[in-house]
Amino acid sequence: MKIPRTPWLLVVAAGFWAAVQLLRLVGFNDYYLFIANLSLVYVILAVSLNLINGIIGQFSLGHMGFAAVGAYVSGSITTLIFKLSPNVAAHYPGFVLALVAGGVAAALVGVAIGFPTLRLKGDYLAIVTLGFGEIIRTVFNNIDAVGGPRGLLGIPKFSTFTVILAFALITVAVIRNIAESAHGRNMIAIRENELAADLVGIDTTGYKVKAFALGAFFAGIGGGLYAHLLQIAHPTQFGFIYSVQVLIMVYAGGVGSLTGSVLAAFALTILTQLLKSGLSSLKSLTGLPIGGDWYMVLYALLLILIMLYRTEGLMGTREAKLMVIPEEDDK
Amino acid sequence: MLSVKNLQVNYGRIAALKDVSFEVPAGKIIALIGSNGAGKTTTLRAISGLEKPSGGTISFKGKDLAGVQSHELVKLGISHVPEGRKIFPTLTVRENLELAGWTVKDAKEVKRRIEEVFTFFPRVAERVGQLGGTLSGGEQQMLAVGRAMVTGGELLLLDEPSMGLAPVLVDEIFDKIVALNKLGTTILLVEQNAAEALDIADFAYVLEVGYTTISGSAKDVADNPKVREAYLGV
Repeated sequence: MKIPRTPWLLVVAAGFWAAVQLLRLVGFNDYYLFIANLSLVYVILAVSLNLINGIIGQFSLGHMGFAAVGAYVSGSITTLIFKLSPNVAAHYPGFVLALVAGGVAAALVGVAIGFPTLRLKGDYLAIVTLGFGEIIRTVFNNIDAVGGPRGLLGIPKFSTFTVILAFALITVAVIRNIAESAHGRNMIAIRENELAADLVGIDTTGYKVKAFALGAFFAGIGGGLYAHLLQIAHPTQFGFIYSVQVLIMVYAGGVGSLTGSVLAAFALTILTQLLKSGLSSLKSLTGLPIGGDWYMVLYALLLILIMLYRTEGLMGTREAKLMVIPEEDDK
Repeated sequence: MLSVKNLQVNYGRIAALKDVSFEVPAGKIIALIGSNGAGKTTTLRAISGLEKPSGGTISFKGKDLAGVQSHELVKLGISHVPEGRKIFPTLTVRENLELAGWTVKDAKEVKRRIEEVFTFFPRVAERVGQLGGTLSGGEQQMLAVGRAMVTGGELLLLDEPSMGLAPVLVDEIFDKIVALNKLGTTILLVEQNAAEALDIADFAYVLEVGYTTISGSAKDVADNPKVREAYLGV
């Protein structure tokens, strides 16, 4: 794996971190911080979905199912630790391990789903992954040990801005490095033409399962961070509609462009919050029957507009400079 | 080198290949001719592990290919140029070729083979930075063959290389196939264009609705009255 000479990603992440810390001093309130945190969680979810949908081209509609696995597994572990001794600061190493455990569990579920389904293509794969995502959610809805339909409550608030940013950075860096490597090119070849990829000796099934597992792993991490941000893991948080929301981020940003996914995760998370509050105040001002939840209608409209007028999304398959590892000179 | 015996392939309940047998000796060009739906592409797909035979055997250099996955064939020495070329459209010509070197662990060797492709197909060399999808049909076919050259197979399976090409380009491609054979690559050529195929082949087999019916040296097959009437139109 090639490492770029100037770690621009790290510089940008550090800059973002410093900027938020400075803004905290001048009235960047908890609500704004929450939106920044939520955006970063969506960066993790969108970038990991882009690996599956964009780079290797397997249309998955069940990404939130993997996030649910990560959320419930890590949430169960940390609530247990927290009950045993409620000293938050001492538990951060345990929290990180719990997140990784959630990610691994999600990856295992990803492999379990991937093996039988990845021979399916296009629409069929989309339908099956959609079904699996709902199955996972329904299973959690019916396990009383994790709260059933009440959700898993009392998860400690371990997801701080710094932790989420660190994991977002790791996610982007790992997936970026894979996308830029020879493995990434093989994945793109599979997206472009699976038969031809097979015939030049690329193990297409192996790659698909691995990409699925890795995408699921990071989705599990994202889900874990999400649960520790909201302090609850609830089946409704991981519904189909949220998988679609992540999917829209990938498409709005540009399928195959990690830069696009990052930008779209921020833009659409902020847009969602603006729409929710905007529509709510519109309702109270005018009495129109348009609640905050109508933001989903505008979301769907956005997806339709993207598909009609800008299929390639914001970035197409292009990447910002910092996302590209410069090629070594051939000479 | 390649030996196919009593091969059967079913698509669901429909039998595509009922009894196909032929031999591909090392260093030769073997043509498999036949009309649409005769089973030519299915035969190649079965050799490449893309279809599971329901009967018969395929062996390559004495090794039974049953259960070998398609991506493993390249390592064994079989390169398959699929019907309709199937190049990677959003990757550049160079990337298309580099990808084909995936199983070759020695980067210098891949570079050497790519250079070889460039000398062999100067038109591909001219297009090196262009996206695969922007190439003309003939250039795409050359690139597809070039890709197979980079994988370095001793046996090249060619599925309808003349498909959708202007006659002048067909001649050019077939000249290149002969030249490639002279360099030591064994070739199994599947073609609807029987006249051109029989012209360059050493041996030929006629495939009819899932059976190999007529076989012999390419000249004998070309002189066969049935072949002349059904495939050569004379």
